[in-house]
Amino acid sequence: MNAALEKRTLPSPDAMSIARLVPHGSRVLDLGCGQGELLAYLIKERGCSGYGVEIDDANVQACVARGVNVIQLNLDEGLAVFGDATFDVVLQIDTLQHLRNAEVMLRETARVGRLGIVAFPNFGHWPNRLAVLRGRMPVTKVLPYQWYDTPNIRVGTLQDFEALALQNQLEILDQFGLQDGREIRFWPNARASRAVFKFRGRQARP
Amino acid sequence: MLIATPQSMHFEAPLALQSGASIRAYDLSYETYGTLNADKSNAVLICHALNASHHVAGVYLDDAGAVKQRSEGWWDTMIGPGKPVDTNRFFVMGVNNLGSCFGSTGPLQVNPATGEIYGADFPVVTVQDWVNAQARLLDALGIQTLAAVMGGSLGGMQALSWTLQYPSRVRHAVVVASAPNLTAENIAFNEVARRAIVTDPDFHGGHYARHGVLPKRGLRIARMIGHITYLSDDVMNEKFGRKLRSGQDVKFSTQEVEFEIESYLRYQGDKFAEYFDANTYLLITRALDYFDPASAFGGDLSAALAKATAKFLLVSFTTDWRFSPARSREIVKALLDNQRDLSYAEIDAPHGHDAFLLEDARYTGVVRSYFQSKVAV
Repeated sequence: MNAALEKRTLPSPDAMSIARLVPHGSRVLDLGCGQGELLAYLIKERGCSGYGVEIDDANVQACVARGVNVIQLNLDEGLAVFGDATFDVVLQIDTLQHLRNAEVMLRETARVGRLGIVAFPNFGHWPNRLAVLRGRMPVTKVLPYQWYDTPNIRVGTLQDFEALALQNQLEILDQFGLQDGREIRFWPNARASRAVFKFRGRQARP
Repeated sequence: MLIATPQSMHFEAPLALQSGASIRAYDLSYETYGTLNADKSNAVLICHALNASHHVAGVYLDDAGAVKQRSEGWWDTMIGPGKPVDTNRFFVMGVNNLGSCFGSTGPLQVNPATGEIYGADFPVVTVQDWVNAQARLLDALGIQTLAAVMGGSLGGMQALSWTLQYPSRVRHAVVVASAPNLTAENIAFNEVARRAIVTDPDFHGGHYARHGVLPKRGLRIARMIGHITYLSDDVMNEKFGRKLRSGQDVKFSTQEVEFEIESYLRYQGDKFAEYFDANTYLLITRALDYFDPASAFGGDLSAALAKATAKFLLVSFTTDWRFSPARSREIVKALLDNQRDLSYAEIDAPHGHDAFLLEDARYTGVVRSYFQSKVAV
């Protein structure tokens, strides 16, 4: 999985829109933090603290060079080093689509964080649908790879994620699309290249 | 080129040891590289592992002023001018631990109480004792706070112990290829090595000096065992495989060297037995066995590390099975539980435990970045 390349495809306007969802002073865990740009921004501009998690050696070094705390882990092995509810916010920005077991990571996110924020390329965006209708897998700014070399081993839509969240008893607090840094709230599943969800784990059930 | 000059400091006041014994008076050998700045805030202490010494970096000159061949310090790849731990920026210190055999007071020296060589009478020393002795050296040099304390393997245990024994004196700890304690398997390897030494007929209960002999056979075997555990299966196969010492045909001999790996291990054992002291080997492996900061907290490492206020960089190597990444992750988890500042790099290097002494751009790169971005004052 080459998160390094993928990370650069997250336009900074989108990242900024996501940063606005993180409350000031939050303790943040950024899963698949890339080179630590977003975390560094949250620390500097929003008084946050926390850690990034990365698998890629070059990204780990870049985070260290930036002065951002980073833990080198393979997310497919879970989040065992992190205790329950130890973070205010757990971010998964363009990370979910690289994971072998995205569902486990979603549950883990709800376990270690009070709030989860997930962003991923929305396969339901109309140019993607059009490409598939034409008989080819899409190659776009957000999904820039060919089908045979893509690190995005999961592709899904806003509606897919909503179903998965419900199946895992997650409470969706907000959901919208992002297109060039703008929030898309009307028909986002077709109109936005990136999906964003804000959720939390439900209270223990009787 | 960095020229190293060994120094020694004498301590008159006795050092109380964890065992309840004490060392009456002692000397510590040490080296320093770089310049201590005016407010004495750029000191970095390097802690050594089993068989290393205060000679961390640089080379020695001979009497004629020429560079001695193969005299580079044991972590010369990591420490020096322009290196990851940059001596143009930091004042770096290496200290030979008590009980070792490279100039600091140890079993090879005369016990002032008896006028005889210590030998087996040298008291058992622990990681905590070493850290206390190192702290006294810092006191003598007028250094209150370390910019960083750094070590690999047993050296990493000392770095970790520094953050617990003297939390206010450590800004950063760099802990490489280390563990919060030894596993049973790890203690077992140490015990086999110790048995090899103490059952050598030349050991004489540790008082071999009195008999004018050295238990070299035991030391050789101890080193051979150690060496196997410092390498990975892959590296050993790549380096030696099933290669025969004498070409194509086996000799059908049970006692001659047949395989290259045998020859290599024997060579390493012979080399080691020439310069290392058997009692020191016993002492240092015991210090490894005993180290366990969580034991005073019912095995709760998170509770044990609550005292540590330093910022941490931890590094492990995927093929290191003697001090595996899982052991480093235990430290990571305990520090995370305490919400400490830390970064952790898990380097996918093939060289086993030895990797911490070798040059790997990912490893040295992350250490360099850490010192530049975090430790730099």
